[in-house]
Amino acid sequence: MSDFTVEAIELTRLYGDRAAVSDVSFNLAKGQVLGFLGPNGAGKSTTMKMLTGNLAPSLGSVKICGIDMIENPKEAKALIGYLPEMRPLYKEFTVDEYLTIAARLHNVNSKHIKQAVEVAKERCGLGHMSKRLIENLSNGYQQRVGIAQAIIHSPMVVILDEPTVGLDPNQIRPIRDLIKQIGQDHSVILSTHILPEVELMCNHVQIIDQGKLVFNGDIGRLKEFRASNQLLVGLKNTPELAELRGIKGVADVALSDEGKVLITIDPNTEPQEDIVKAAVKNKWGLYQIAPTQTSLEDVFAQLTHQDVAEASEA
Amino acid sequence: MIFNVIRKELKSMFASPMGWVILALLMFGLGFIYLSGIDSYFAEMSGSIRPAERIGATQAIGQKLFSTTIILLLFAVPLLSMRLISEERRNLTLPFLFSAPISILDIVLGKFFGMVIFLSALVIYIIMMMFSLLPWVDVDVGYIWSNAFGLILLIGAFSSAGLYFSSLTKQPVVAAVICFLSLLALFLLDWIFAGSPGMWSNLSITSRYKSFTAGLIDTGDIAYFLLFMITFVTLTIRRLDADRLRG
Repeated sequence: MSDFTVEAIELTRLYGDRAAVSDVSFNLAKGQVLGFLGPNGAGKSTTMKMLTGNLAPSLGSVKICGIDMIENPKEAKALIGYLPEMRPLYKEFTVDEYLTIAARLHNVNSKHIKQAVEVAKERCGLGHMSKRLIENLSNGYQQRVGIAQAIIHSPMVVILDEPTVGLDPNQIRPIRDLIKQIGQDHSVILSTHILPEVELMCNHVQIIDQGKLVFNGDIGRLKEFRASNQLLVGLKNTPELAELRGIKGVADVALSDEGKVLITIDPNTEPQEDIVKAAVKNKWGLYQIAPTQTSLEDVFAQLTHQDVAEASEA
Repeated sequence: MIFNVIRKELKSMFASPMGWVILALLMFGLGFIYLSGIDSYFAEMSGSIRPAERIGATQAIGQKLFSTTIILLLFAVPLLSMRLISEERRNLTLPFLFSAPISILDIVLGKFFGMVIFLSALVIYIIMMMFSLLPWVDVDVGYIWSNAFGLILLIGAFSSAGLYFSSLTKQPVVAAVICFLSLLALFLLDWIFAGSPGMWSNLSITSRYKSFTAGLIDTGDIAYFLLFMITFVTLTIRRLDADRLRG
């Protein structure tokens, strides 16, 4: 018996000769929220379909809480809640009717169905929409119904394919909180193309490119990628750059476009304090000092193009 | 588990106007035939004096009613069954069923029985019409049961074919057209190969159904209908399984 809620073992999916997903392996433990990133057509949705038993892998296997998806699909599927990219809503039903059907199909005990529907509605902020036809709901509310059906049977693993698509910023926040909340006692896998979202919601990140896993680690490791060795310093009376170069630990100095000073520091040194002291002493008029950050987009571009093979366990 | 899928299917059939409209039209048509059956029964019987010419009211009216139903079903079943799977395909709702802890067999059988139960409303309606003759006529109950049984088998056969054709395409209309043409072909086999009993006329759905309308329950006919249903249900399961395997 393993402690992992999701185990993907060398998952491969071939379409003809083309491998949509090749050799993807990872484990997910309870309480982890895994963000799944990748450019379009990288194989995110294909992987998710395989994890949920909607698509048979060409090679490899999936285990949900130790239960093999291919050998015992019913038992394994009972532990999963899945929201596909295109939300599978029966638009002729009302929210209540649809969620009741979802609860029944997921083996929720008939005594608890009503309660399960209420809880799911409340968690997704759908309380006042109970009697509305799904067809007449706005895009964002339909998305919430989609999430509600994925969590209605309080599954061990919740798999959401682009859950925040179509939501306005005000709606995204409660959904993010919801996902975090679910992540506390269950496992969540979500795919998204909004990078900052990953930092906000996930504690584990995977980047997939051309069907291969190029990064697998916790969010801290991704942030390390972002940390840079440059400081952006704003000075009202910019001195000679040579003066700055003289400070210990400063490797290089250049002027940025907006007239600020870009200081490259030596690795493993921290000249920030010295720079500030010098600025105060010489009345340079310091008003800003901040590390420049490589944006997540840059890290992403770097990882998906240079094919950095990182597949360590965190 | 099948039960939950059946409930879902019935709910969605009754949630759309399509189901109600078709059911209403069928009932109107059948009611009309029933009334005209009674009318013509009186007309014919008043003209026939010798006992040999006289047939029972149950058979005179029932035969008309039950044999017309097959023609009505020929149109109604494709229109109802076309939505079963192709609409789920078009609306991308199949993953909802596939990711639930139910097997493909459950899904297919649930849809099949949902459809049969929905159309059984018609059979109940016909039985009620025939029994409404009771106060005036010595109704041949056995004859009605055998017809009703045959009708259910016929509905099952048509529905299973409709279900399969619906699984082939994303376009409900295409599914309906293919289904209608195939059922029509089966229907016409008897007519095309009339007078030459052999394999082809044995395959005809009408000649199989005819023995039920005559009040005869033949195991050969039952086997024909059961095999027909099993074949198409199996084909549907295979088709849906291919979705999972081939993607």
